[in-house]
Amino acid sequence: MSKTETMQEGKERYKSGVIPYKKMGYWEPGYKPKDTDVIALFRITPQPGVDSEEAAAAVAGESSTATWTVVWTDRLTACELYRAKAYRVDAVPNTGPGTSTEQQYFAYIAYDLDLFEEGSIANLTASIIGNVFGFKAVKALRLEDMRIPVAYLKTFQGPATGIVVERERLDKFGRPLLGATTKPKLGLSGRNYGRVVYEALKGGLDFVKDDENINSQPFMHWRDRFLYCMEAVNKASAATGEVKGHYLNVTAGTMEKMYERADFAKSLGAPIVMIDLVIGYTAIQSMAAWARRNDVILHLHRAGNSTYSRQKNHGMNFRVICKWMRMAGVDHIHAGTVVGKLEGDPLMIKGFYDVLRETHNPMSLENGLFFEQDWASLNKVMPVASGGIHAGQMHQLIHYLGEDVVLQFGGGTIGHPMGIQAGATANRVALEAMILARNEGRDYLREGPRILENAAKTCSPLKAALETWKDISFNYESTDTADFVPTATVSA
Amino acid sequence: MMTNPGNRITQGQFSFLPELTDAQITAQIKWALKHGWAVSVEYTDDPHPRNTYWEMFGMPMFDLKDPAGILLEINSCRKSFPNHYIRVMAFNSTRGGESPAMSFLVNRPKAEPGFTLVRQETEGRQMRYTVHSYATDKPESERY
Repeated sequence: MSKTETMQEGKERYKSGVIPYKKMGYWEPGYKPKDTDVIALFRITPQPGVDSEEAAAAVAGESSTATWTVVWTDRLTACELYRAKAYRVDAVPNTGPGTSTEQQYFAYIAYDLDLFEEGSIANLTASIIGNVFGFKAVKALRLEDMRIPVAYLKTFQGPATGIVVERERLDKFGRPLLGATTKPKLGLSGRNYGRVVYEALKGGLDFVKDDENINSQPFMHWRDRFLYCMEAVNKASAATGEVKGHYLNVTAGTMEKMYERADFAKSLGAPIVMIDLVIGYTAIQSMAAWARRNDVILHLHRAGNSTYSRQKNHGMNFRVICKWMRMAGVDHIHAGTVVGKLEGDPLMIKGFYDVLRETHNPMSLENGLFFEQDWASLNKVMPVASGGIHAGQMHQLIHYLGEDVVLQFGGGTIGHPMGIQAGATANRVALEAMILARNEGRDYLREGPRILENAAKTCSPLKAALETWKDISFNYESTDTADFVPTATVSA
Repeated sequence: MMTNPGNRITQGQFSFLPELTDAQITAQIKWALKHGWAVSVEYTDDPHPRNTYWEMFGMPMFDLKDPAGILLEINSCRKSFPNHYIRVMAFNSTRGGESPAMSFLVNRPKAEPGFTLVRQETEGRQMRYTVHSYATDKPESERY
């Protein structure tokens, strides 16, 4: 199809009134994206009667320069450059007639670099997931993936610390890090809260963590929590000779309050602070800059993401959040466990982890990665696996998640029948035994249970942990899986 | 004596497991060599958690690919410093890494006195913490 068949030119194009988006220049099937273009892949469910190319053009239009009607002022601009271009539409496999799902399409849309302000996730997202998601011509819309050009990545700070320097600061190499979230998440006083932190760290964990909704409530105000937690961290460090940390949640109602809390954490020698995703992209970038400036690791809890990432037809895929957060500059992000209590298909989670940890991602449709992505030397983000995991799954966790990950056993530490310290020791022994076995070249995934049993012979806390949680697993169907036909020869 | 679960410093990858045998250490060296990492041996009598620069027992063995040869180096370090902390490290020089990929202890002093936490009360309820190694009260070479 040539360009002239799809787009009207000159006077005809700019006649007042409403014309299809395709004819306004937002559908350009021959377009070859430039190396500097931002590319977005949307999953579109068009309204009945709207053809797929028009729907894709409409999304391109509404996420870039278009409004609902023709405006002559376009002619004062280099409008062909500023228009986003939908250049490819594929029917989504296993949707449409004969299936239980309405027909959906994958639409590839390219955006010129000049549409975006440097170093601003807020600006990028205001276009890509702005008005367009409420647009009537599409019944549902989901942002599945993005290709961020190196030219744009270079305008972002990236992770304040990154996996490599985090490990060097902690002096911990060659094994996943271990953490736990203090439980109960709400209600403990500062003094009691610090007790949990101390016991868990002394027992063998590297980190303990505030939960997402622990900020400064009547039962425990933030300064109290910070003081007791740092007493616990330092005492555990002296007891073990290891660097220890507690993610102090500095999330608050205003930036000023967050800075105040973060500064206080730093003044107490805290190696790491945390924020919640709900504080917003700009606040996250500000805190990442603060963290870089103050030599503090920045943990991000993805509170809120499932409101828009879980349903397959509308919202956005979590892998896009992973990309934006790597650009925004966090050091840790919760990215799924595969085997725990929260949503996660193994192949999809591998995709998230690859986005966070690799210097370069090849296109991998089975992992949900639609584009090749060069990370332009942005630091690597440490994924965090948290939610319903325990020591008995250690072989599976290492198999699926690898080495650069924080494994967080909250209930699996604090709920141990012999106490918190014993719970922590059980996890640490299980981890070290499994890493030792893996490095020895054993088939640790298959032999996992036996390796753990063996290690438990000299560690009664591990024995008790294996006994307590032996039958616990969470086997539910994932709601978010890849849609691809293995034989498809798709190239971006 | 330290009062943590293992009664000892728990730095490194395997401090919660029983002491590694030479055969187990060799298996770990093979893992490092398989990945192309350079193995090195370091020792110290100042095991403070933030003492980054332990003494190098020679340079990283970039060109030594024989596990038995590396074990020989480790044992020679143990012989020279039987009462020091000795760690084996593996260095990954590939892009995106360029950092240690492994680190585990292969020798410890007979007695590990550990650390005290020194608290200095400052403004308000704030505290300045110092993790202080009992051993470093003595001069180098007399610590363990």
